[in-house]
Amino acid sequence: MPELEIRNLRVAIGENEIIRDLSLSVGLGEMHAIMGPNGSGKSTLAKIIAGHPDYKVTSGEVFMDGENLFELEPDERARKGLFLAFQYPSEVPGVTIANFLRAAVQARLPEGEELEATDYYAKLYEKMDLLEIDRSFTSRAVNEGFSGGEKKRCEILQMAMLDPRYAVLDETDSGLDIDALKVVANGVNSLRGPNLGVLLITHYQRLLNYIVPDFVHVMVQGRIVRSGGKELALELEEKGYDWIRDHAEEPVAA
Amino acid sequence: MKTDTSAVNIDRDKGDFHYEVDYGYDAGIGLDERVVNYISDVKQDPDWVREFRLKALQIFESKPLPTHWASKDLEAIDFSKIRYYLAQGQRSKRSWDEVPEDVKRTFERLGIPEQERKFLAGVEAQFDSEAVYSNIKKAVGEQGVIFVGSTDGLKEHPEIFRRWFGKVIPIGDNKFSALNSAVFSGGSFIYVPPGVKVKHPLQAYFRINAENFGQFERTLIICDEGSELTYMEGCTAPKFNTATLHSAVVELVAMPGAKLQYITVQNWSANVFNLVTKRGLAHEESEIKWIDCNIGSRLTMKYPGVVLKGRKSRGEVLSIALANNGQHQDTGAKMLHAADETTSNIISKSISIGTGRATYRGLVHVPKHLKNCKNNTECDALLINATSRTDTYPAITVRGTGNSVQHEASVSQVSSDQIFYMQQRGLSEAQAMSLSVNGFVNDLVRQFPMEYSVELKRLIELEMEGSVG
Repeated sequence: MPELEIRNLRVAIGENEIIRDLSLSVGLGEMHAIMGPNGSGKSTLAKIIAGHPDYKVTSGEVFMDGENLFELEPDERARKGLFLAFQYPSEVPGVTIANFLRAAVQARLPEGEELEATDYYAKLYEKMDLLEIDRSFTSRAVNEGFSGGEKKRCEILQMAMLDPRYAVLDETDSGLDIDALKVVANGVNSLRGPNLGVLLITHYQRLLNYIVPDFVHVMVQGRIVRSGGKELALELEEKGYDWIRDHAEEPVAA
Repeated sequence: MKTDTSAVNIDRDKGDFHYEVDYGYDAGIGLDERVVNYISDVKQDPDWVREFRLKALQIFESKPLPTHWASKDLEAIDFSKIRYYLAQGQRSKRSWDEVPEDVKRTFERLGIPEQERKFLAGVEAQFDSEAVYSNIKKAVGEQGVIFVGSTDGLKEHPEIFRRWFGKVIPIGDNKFSALNSAVFSGGSFIYVPPGVKVKHPLQAYFRINAENFGQFERTLIICDEGSELTYMEGCTAPKFNTATLHSAVVELVAMPGAKLQYITVQNWSANVFNLVTKRGLAHEESEIKWIDCNIGSRLTMKYPGVVLKGRKSRGEVLSIALANNGQHQDTGAKMLHAADETTSNIISKSISIGTGRATYRGLVHVPKHLKNCKNNTECDALLINATSRTDTYPAITVRGTGNSVQHEASVSQVSSDQIFYMQQRGLSEAQAMSLSVNGFVNDLVRQFPMEYSVELKRLIELEMEGSVG
């Protein structure tokens, strides 16, 4: 079965082990949520999967449809169908969203093949309509001077345009008011389907009211301490992370 | 990093090729009175030009190199090892068919005849010391527009030529303007009659072919009252191991109400010393705009200027400099306000890659007695690597109370997070870098004519290909 598979992953920065023997599989068509308190290693996990150069893997592997991601450059992983919606997306001054996405779509075409401008814009406008984004949005420079909500919407638009097989959404709800949260959640839901596997990373349960996961995993101190269905998120909301800490298979220091 | 190097390399070194050529005229190696007289003989200069040259030689020899403020690298130029004049023939041709085959194939490879057909009103092509081709579209010539090489200009139109030649940039302006005045050859002479608006650009292309060679073209452009002109120049040279010198002088005159735009896109190879003096004289309500894009060369020193002589005249310098490994782009602008209600605008963007160094030098001068003058200066530097360097030396002197100036400067760096973000969308590191750089210059490039902005973007992409990974 096609899947994004994390096998016995260990990641350290200096002496400090941030991810400790983590294993997880996200099947194509599935929506997985990882929840956990601040500092549990959730965002590190997202960056490792995407190949951020600042993080070094101690041991373990990540496979995407059987291919070892650690043997690929970040841009190769992206072109093979991996998407990361960033918690803090970078600004790209002077480059419009339309031009940026065009370069990204072009990069996925075979060598020597030119993207048809009319096809590209037709698709772009279709996705913008789907996500209820104003046409003028894509003539703005990527993330430059964007509000929190605009940045996240821009991430979801890029995801819609690039048709990933697996998407990792890192704290996509952070910094959003409830209206913006609904818009972003609607966007993600509209992209949901049998050909997309999603790993949704969040601190709060509230996002899961709008994007209902198939599976919920709780991550504490670099490992997954509990997995379950969507009801696990509600239980967690009710009882707090302390409850998980207390019930972890192995005691962890508070 | 994976790039298709086979395709890229050919393109990046677009100008890096060299065909053997038989030169009928050669002034030999080194510089003295004999060389200057040889050039005057060969070109059959009128006496006043010969005297002008010999006087300039004396001034050149008496002036020290400006190394008290400029790069010490200037000392690497050995004036006694350079060839100052090399030409095949003396007359430029009006048709590409008449241009000798060995020279013609160079320009064909550079795509000049094709561009001429597509979007230019006229072309002059200079090969080493002399123009080998100059032609103007019939309709433009019929409006009275003159577009010839400087040698033809001074002989055929002395009444206009002599009035302005050496007036905007006197011989002794600096050591290199003196050098050019002594040995100048080639370059364009353009005159646009009153009220004539030349719709399409005129273009000159300067090609250095020979090794150990110095190219000293001299351009003089006069836009008469209410006329309009856009002039573009491109330059390339093959890569030699020895130093090549390019030292041009460009003088512009905008008569009352005229609009003159001068665009340079240079793409020199990394052995070229590019030491150019460019200045315009703006009369009442006229406008002179320099668009200057400096890519390549070992050392470029160039500060296009405008003397705002007439009331309500306007000067503008928009410049982009890209300093790659081992290169130094020392560029900027000069705005000399000399009348009331004059305005000037300077926007400079530089990109330093690897060990490249970009220096901005600006001079803005508004004397005390003037009123309602305005200057705006913006200079932004982008550093690509930790070893890249940028310096800014703005000198703004504004006296009196009725004038306003504004100066903004910024230095930014392409962060690793920004590159990672773009890579995560599927762009290679080099593509990400080149898109960032294009974004940095984008607002400026948008003001360029379409054909040049496309060419410039492509050049930046090619420069960035080799800079990462």
